[in-house]
Amino acid sequence: MSDVILATEGLSLSFGALAVTQDVNYGLPKGARYALIGPNGAGKTTLINLLTGVFAPAAGRILLSGEDITKLAPHERVKRGIARTFQINTLFGQLTPLQAVTLAICERRGHGARWLASLRTHKDAVEEAYALLELLNLASSAERTTVELAYGRQRLLEIALALAMKPKVLLLDEPAAGVPVGESGELFDVISNLPGDIAILFIEHDMNLVFKFAKRITVMVSGRIIVEGSPREIAADPQVREVYLGRGHHHG
Amino acid sequence: MFAFAKPALATPADRLIAAARWRWYETAFWLGTLLVLFAFPGYLQLASQIAIVGLFALSLDLLMGYAGIISLGHAAFFGFGAYVAGIIAKYGWGEPLSGMVIAGLSAGLLGLIVSPIITRLHGIALLMVTMGLCVLLFEAANRAVWLTGGDDGLQGVEIWPIFGTFTFDLLGRTAYLYALIVLFLMFLVARRIVHSPFGLSLQAMRDNPRRAPAIGTDMGERVRIVYTISAAMAGVAGALIAQTTQFVALEVLSFQRSAEIMIILILGGTGRLFGGLIGAAVFMIARDQLATSYPQYWYLGIGALLVAVVMFARGGVMGGFDRLVRWWRARAGAGR
Repeated sequence: MSDVILATEGLSLSFGALAVTQDVNYGLPKGARYALIGPNGAGKTTLINLLTGVFAPAAGRILLSGEDITKLAPHERVKRGIARTFQINTLFGQLTPLQAVTLAICERRGHGARWLASLRTHKDAVEEAYALLELLNLASSAERTTVELAYGRQRLLEIALALAMKPKVLLLDEPAAGVPVGESGELFDVISNLPGDIAILFIEHDMNLVFKFAKRITVMVSGRIIVEGSPREIAADPQVREVYLGRGHHHG
Repeated sequence: MFAFAKPALATPADRLIAAARWRWYETAFWLGTLLVLFAFPGYLQLASQIAIVGLFALSLDLLMGYAGIISLGHAAFFGFGAYVAGIIAKYGWGEPLSGMVIAGLSAGLLGLIVSPIITRLHGIALLMVTMGLCVLLFEAANRAVWLTGGDDGLQGVEIWPIFGTFTFDLLGRTAYLYALIVLFLMFLVARRIVHSPFGLSLQAMRDNPRRAPAIGTDMGERVRIVYTISAAMAGVAGALIAQTTQFVALEVLSFQRSAEIMIILILGGTGRLFGGLIGAAVFMIARDQLATSYPQYWYLGIGALLVAVVMFARGGVMGGFDRLVRWWRARAGAGR
């Protein structure tokens, strides 16, 4: 594919004797809606951690728009357009959503280190942050501290923080994890309305969400990609059936 | 600036943009500090000590309260600033303002040099290294008797009048005003920092160091900046103590100084700017009173005060005050 924006070549990583990522070759084209599934411990989150620079791979390369970013620090990859959300809410507890998103926008603009100018001189960043919160239905929670927010709202804030980076690539690590059924509709709406030009890869256990949004699904088992295809192909694949049905004790 | 009439702020965005505006209680606080001159003319020396320690606590608040970087050796910068200011004055340049600036810059430079180590450490290791630096400086000052006077302290410090006009009088009037004005200016700087994007990024790092890089925050860079600023501020506080007392005791670099300033900040409340100032006032007034009434047992009283604050007023004096205001508002709201 010529319009691949994020790609890996022979990516590998081991924790001691445990190979958590084995020779992963993957490509994410522009505007993709791809999903990554697999049983627990398959190495899905590890792959995201490799892509975002939390872990350094033992071997292999990561390319963003053809440029090697394997050696870049996490914050530098963010600046180049890779944003992520976290499986477990990892937010800034004492900040309000408005403060957090404002900060994310200031960081995107490279103003995060400016220490002698109050937010009054970054008015447009605050306003952009508030507009984003309104878009994600978070305006009513904009001024509460993050720890006070309901879980589902925190999941939305995760996405708001990622979107504030204006990413080219968005990695969603189980965006719906832990969200009560009553609150998940709002979240699904937000995910389905994400800007079309962002390449999105999401990890998800909720197969409803996967088959609803993903155009293409990749299945990982024991750090290895075993099969890739359209939702229809994946649903019919005997290997996948075996992983998900035949050895049911592997996931929970 | 009395802003009693609240302007209509329509959206949360407007309110956040206006968060840095000056509040009426800030005006009241600073006017109150001036009142000390007339209300307690016999306590001006204590008052200037409070202002200086308050500035020292403010410097630690930026580091600990906002950025979440714990330092058990902040006296290193305080003491370094004190010695720089004292030594300059002793060897012929007694002009206080330039002396203070030089001391602040020197302490800031020391902070900048140390900061790359700080960025890599957390938890206990961070405590040990910050403490170790302070102990090293203490020993160095203790040994270099020819320069620092060692255990006897730096004597013969002579400070010229401020602007060539205002002599440091015995009552401590000049000293208090000098310390107070410097504290006020530094407070304005700290206030600016806290309300800047940089200030937000410090709090983000404090709340979640794992997440901060994921929104593009270069944590190493931020730690270097805040550490340098905090060290410079502590150095300025040290310079003030040297200049207003015209003496530098080896104790400025002691571990007790470092521990005490942390206690003062926690007592007043971290992450609130005013916390350090209130903590300094409460701690030093309590110590002054207790030391007069019970010279042998005064530390017992300080201990009891600390335990009481930790048990009954989480978030220090300011935290307790916050809850009181909220309770009062809720009550007023319910009464309507």
